[in-house]
Amino acid sequence: MSATVLDPVSARPSARRSAFGALVRTEARLLVREVIPLLWGAGFPMILLGIMGAFSHGPDKSLGGFSLVAAYEPILIAFTMATFALQGLPTVLAGYRERGILRRLNATPVGAGRLLGAQLTVNVAVSLTATIGIVVVGDAAFGVPLPGQLAGFLLTLVLTAGAMLSLGLLVASLARNGRVAGAVGAMLFLPLMFFAGLWTPQATMPAALRRVGDYTPLGAAVSALQHSMSGQWPSAAGLAVLAGYSVVFGLLAWRLFRWE
Amino acid sequence: MTTNALEITGLRKRYGGKMAVDGLSLSVSEGEIFGILGPNGAGKTTTVECAEGLRRPDGGTVRVFGIDPYRDRREARTLVGAQLQESELQDKLTVAEALGLYASFYPRHADPEALLHRLGLTEKRNTRYRKLSGGQKQRLSIALALVGRPRLVVFDELTTGLDPAARRESWRLVEELRDDGITVLLVTHYADEAERLCDRVALVRAGRIAASGRPDELIERAGLDPAGRYATLDDAVVALTTSQLTTGQLTTGQLSTGDAA
Repeated sequence: MSATVLDPVSARPSARRSAFGALVRTEARLLVREVIPLLWGAGFPMILLGIMGAFSHGPDKSLGGFSLVAAYEPILIAFTMATFALQGLPTVLAGYRERGILRRLNATPVGAGRLLGAQLTVNVAVSLTATIGIVVVGDAAFGVPLPGQLAGFLLTLVLTAGAMLSLGLLVASLARNGRVAGAVGAMLFLPLMFFAGLWTPQATMPAALRRVGDYTPLGAAVSALQHSMSGQWPSAAGLAVLAGYSVVFGLLAWRLFRWE
Repeated sequence: MTTNALEITGLRKRYGGKMAVDGLSLSVSEGEIFGILGPNGAGKTTTVECAEGLRRPDGGTVRVFGIDPYRDRREARTLVGAQLQESELQDKLTVAEALGLYASFYPRHADPEALLHRLGLTEKRNTRYRKLSGGQKQRLSIALALVGRPRLVVFDELTTGLDPAARRESWRLVEELRDDGITVLLVTHYADEAERLCDRVALVRAGRIAASGRPDELIERAGLDPAGRYATLDDAVVALTTSQLTTGQLTTGQLSTGDAA
């Protein structure tokens, strides 16, 4: 008899740790292969930053004393985070569920929970990279100062990512398939970005609208990013709004997520 | 006493108001090829999903090599390789990437390149999943089921959608696995496949075992052809799962799957 079907054996001393690493590498590779979402989420804000920078003429009273590009930087950061969390993540995860990819992983010792973790990891990594890109280019090319209150800025980023990703997970939990998840994500994206000030920056919004916006995740996020970039500690209320959304959406997603 | 590869006792699983599996028992000894045959909706897939630890039984017990596959998932899943129905991979993942990824899930896995070679996928190693033919996807799913060097492999509709040559190639692989001492659980629609490959077969109807035994025993038991020369297992399956005979008559006495081998 020749050698058996499953020989030779390869041994892997720390399978569990390397399995998560392999999942993260795989999901990162797949994210890069989907060129259009990547361009939309990371490239498009960069282009907008360039346009804003080109049309920026120093501090503007109607923009709360910020230059156009400085007023838009936090909005573009919110754009990047919301794109990956609301359009990328739920579409991919609901598609994985629809196509039995999660179920297949649940039949291995690793389990689909780690794929969820890998998806979150790559989405955080890519939106953080894009954020750093926006901040650095804004500083180097258009003279927008680096965040003055760095700790507050980082805390805001973490809470914004938490609120957006848990909302994305909730969408992935409720949507029947990848297409529905993408549509729901896009439908949420527009109003959330409205309150972030994509069309009319918060400083130019009517007071009442702005007050409503303060209770939306991206309205609170942009306001807190704006404060921390200009050197102030973000308002506790804004941070609490972000933390609250993270907890509520996160718990709902955790309760409602289905593997198949 | 040796532990059976799979021991299912009184399994019950309900979806909503429908009993998918209703008091099913079977046992698979280590090293045999065991077939589960039956019409659509009989509960075959639910049964093997319970064995794979993908579903929690509502009642009864399931043990793979003595381990509860739902409670001790991680341990059970290193022992069981699964080829699932209707499970795909990411479109843009290549064959080699997929197999390498799955290999990383198991502490002692088979060599991915050797496995690709064995399944005739070496030329396709850099092809993305979306570009594979149905047969190639099926072979990749077999490779994924085997890469962890399982002691029990569950094939759910292994050859559905394959052309005759590819079916025979899959059968040869199953026989080689058995020769290596690997236990194979084969869920199939095709009686000819079960007759050709399986040491023992269980016929499932309405969530229970309607009959079980060696293929030749079942043919004889169906009483279609006392000489056993012309009737096939296919005839027996039809007779035993759709005839007027009640399950009570068929599952009594020596028809129990317990120690038939």
